[in-house]
Amino acid sequence: MKVEVRVYPKEGVLDPQGKAIAAALGRLGHQAVRDVRAGKVFFIDVAGADAKAAEADARRMAEELLANTVIEGFDVKVVS
Amino acid sequence: MRFGIVVFPGSNCDEDCHHVAKDLLGCEADYIWHHDTDLKGADAVILPGGFAYGDYLRAGALARFSPVMESVAAFAKKGGPVLGICNGFQVLLEAGLLPGAMQINRGLRYVCRDVTMRVENDATPFTSLYSKGSLVTMPIGHMEGNYTAPPETLDLLERDGRVVFRYCDREGRPTDAANPNGAARNIAGICNREGNVVGLMPHPDRCAEALLGNDAGVKMFASAVAAMAAR
Repeated sequence: MKVEVRVYPKEGVLDPQGKAIAAALGRLGHQAVRDVRAGKVFFIDVAGADAKAAEADARRMAEELLANTVIEGFDVKVVS
Repeated sequence: MRFGIVVFPGSNCDEDCHHVAKDLLGCEADYIWHHDTDLKGADAVILPGGFAYGDYLRAGALARFSPVMESVAAFAKKGGPVLGICNGFQVLLEAGLLPGAMQINRGLRYVCRDVTMRVENDATPFTSLYSKGSLVTMPIGHMEGNYTAPPETLDLLERDGRVVFRYCDREGRPTDAANPNGAARNIAGICNREGNVVGLMPHPDRCAEALLGNDAGVKMFASAVAAMAAR
């Protein structure tokens, strides 16, 4: 099964990377950009056919390792 | 007195720490490979600077799963002194031995220069030879030193005197201009509730002898020796 885990800075946590990207987009003429938050995506291939189990598994992976829950939120999606 | 210096793949200040402990202070010092779980009878454990596991994912995120970290956590729980320097501090945060997290520096750049800090807590086993309120200069060299934690955690750290070092100007004021990385409340170093686990971003190991033009850092190691002698 293919599972996607998105990890991103929590709302309210300073995101200097996102800020810098937003500023750069503004300089490139994308004046409509109000804010950018930068995160990561993990494309994970999990053995088995149980989507629910794969999702629960990926959730644990995010909590244990992929995200630092002090500053990052995450969401999990079973893609196929 | 025996120092145990943990070596992760990518640690690069382990020899500096070993040199300070052994050559400058005349203590015993052992390297402890991250796959080992035996701390070799260390009286104090140091997690040195560097780029453990290449800082993949997040600085310190993978190192915390090294087998040695279970032994370090058990040692810390029993009250053993543990010092995390720079990347070692990041590992302690990821391991949950200290609260909070590191973000990329607010300037988005690696910063390598001397910083001035005010000693805020001189009661830890690594700061007892400094005096509270005094200023020390040490070098930093990091990309992720922008310390952050939820406001209630920061308040708790302040209330319990667990901020150990704070970036400040030469008059001892913790100004924004004196903050090299954007760290919350100018925090350069903190300790756990019991005070035996200390982490800081600056490098005492890189300023521990007059030959290097600054020996302000040697007192962190010497404090641990004094703490052990007083036991």
